Amino acid sequence: MATASKPLDSKPGPLEYSRRWPLRLWVGAVILFLYLPLASLVVFSFNDSRRTIRWEGFTLDWYGTMWNDSALIDAFTNSLTIAFISMLFSVVLGALTAIALWRFRFPGKGLFDGAVTLPIVVPEICMGVAMLVFFGQIVPWPRDLVWPFDLGAIIIAHITFSFPFVAVVVRARLASFNREMEEAARDLGASELRALWDVLLPHVRPALISGGLLAFTLSLDDFVITFFTSGPNTVTFPVKIYSMVRFSVTPEVNAASTVLMLITIALTAIGMKLQGRDLAQGH
Amino acid sequence: MSSASNTSRRAFWAVLTAPAAWITLFFVVPLSVIWAYSFGRTLGLTEVAVTGTLDNYVRVFDPVYLLIFAKSLVFAGVTTAVCLVIGFPYALAMTFASDRGKILLLLGIMLPFWTNLLVRTYALMAVMRTEGYINDMFGLFGFGPVEMLHTNFAVIVGLVYVHLPFIILPLYSTLDRMDRSLIEASLDLGAGHIATIFKVIVPIAKPGILSAIMLTFIPALGSYLTPDLLGGPDSQMIASVIERQFKRANDWPFGAALSFMLMYLTLLAMGLRAIQDRRAARARPQGDA
Repeated sequence: MATASKPLDSKPGPLEYSRRWPLRLWVGAVILFLYLPLASLVVFSFNDSRRTIRWEGFTLDWYGTMWNDSALIDAFTNSLTIAFISMLFSVVLGALTAIALWRFRFPGKGLFDGAVTLPIVVPEICMGVAMLVFFGQIVPWPRDLVWPFDLGAIIIAHITFSFPFVAVVVRARLASFNREMEEAARDLGASELRALWDVLLPHVRPALISGGLLAFTLSLDDFVITFFTSGPNTVTFPVKIYSMVRFSVTPEVNAASTVLMLITIALTAIGMKLQGRDLAQGH
Repeated sequence: MSSASNTSRRAFWAVLTAPAAWITLFFVVPLSVIWAYSFGRTLGLTEVAVTGTLDNYVRVFDPVYLLIFAKSLVFAGVTTAVCLVIGFPYALAMTFASDRGKILLLLGIMLPFWTNLLVRTYALMAVMRTEGYINDMFGLFGFGPVEMLHTNFAVIVGLVYVHLPFIILPLYSTLDRMDRSLIEASLDLGAGHIATIFKVIVPIAKPGILSAIMLTFIPALGSYLTPDLLGGPDSQMIASVIERQFKRANDWPFGAALSFMLMYLTLLAMGLRAIQDRRAARARPQGDA
């Protein structure tokens, strides 16, 4: 870009809105608004005091308390398990959905398109109660199954709201696919499925990775739908934090929240790095 | 997009079967059950007889519930308006930033966006509590502590905090696609920056802005967690009432009717957005000619 080569102290050009002070001030204020609460949450997870407001000195005690809180650790393990399984299924289902909608014309296509878009727009509460009734009345999910099968209802619910997002990401990537590549593969004797697998899949790989990470984060992040599908023995991390916030506000909640934040940030960073490498590799 | 006539059926079924079966079984069926329940009445604790009655929908129009619907619409509307005012300049700055600046600004809103909703809401609770940081600061200036948490104000702040990325992302993608020569022309012809924003940028980006408004309004309308944790007894939104019908009051048919009213409102908003988009698409070739 031309702007990059200019010396920094030059007067901003007519379109360099980002270098004008009113906008800079505005952006700074927005960033402060977004980050100050989160930053103070992290800082006070290291505070050596039960009262979460005044700074009394640095401690890691709350992380220790958290580590010894077996209910919290169980909830954490549940969340990671659910997110991982949901991610695998969502990537497969999302990719298939995207390919079906991109590649084929069929009766009921509009209906299918609508059905897989709906989970993105339906209010979470509506989907939550639908899952509550479905797994409570219609297909009761056995409560006493061995771990991780007792998490089945939650996992199914998470896949259902995650894979449409993966489909959106993959569809966006498919739009840039050069159909001649696939035709070339077909001309060289590959079957339709073979051509999809060998030519299309490498092209959409970055979308599969970012879609997968999105699915993982959506699952880890979800509270409302899980709240309606989880039983007393199948508590996830957000549901556990919710009950902690409701009944007692201690710095332990800050510590747990900080851990959850760190995981999300790490995942995002990994996702961006992988995607960056994939893009650099020849696209 | 492509011709289906010469594609092999096997590939088609291999691709379509799994997602179609999944979405039908685990999404269409559960929602249909709720829809059927909304025309039923309770028999036992969790037993529902679908009788075809419209009683539940009649109850929705009870003033008590109408008021909650109205309040939810107001909350979502105010949230969207505030988000637009805060988010538009941010999106503008992002559009005209250097490549590096764009990434940083994008990251700036994406990190909170990817952070757990519950964590963000909890962080706000700590800030706004009576013994929270804001009141601490007020104390330094000699103000008495102000009750902020568990008020309607707290709900609006929370909803804005949570939904800001929802409006900035679509705004940015609209502004970024805009033809910059039009802005340059406006500035060259002597218009000020403010005039250019309101007379050139906003009219051109209007379909995108409307779309961004809908993308913020829809999730804000169905919010459950934010009013639940930040609001007081009189700041309940529809979702809290639905939750109560299903979890405590055990009136599933009425809860189902409320859910579907919320669904219809959502779909209405989506429909308006689709109409807007189509109108914009139709207007464009005429405008160019």
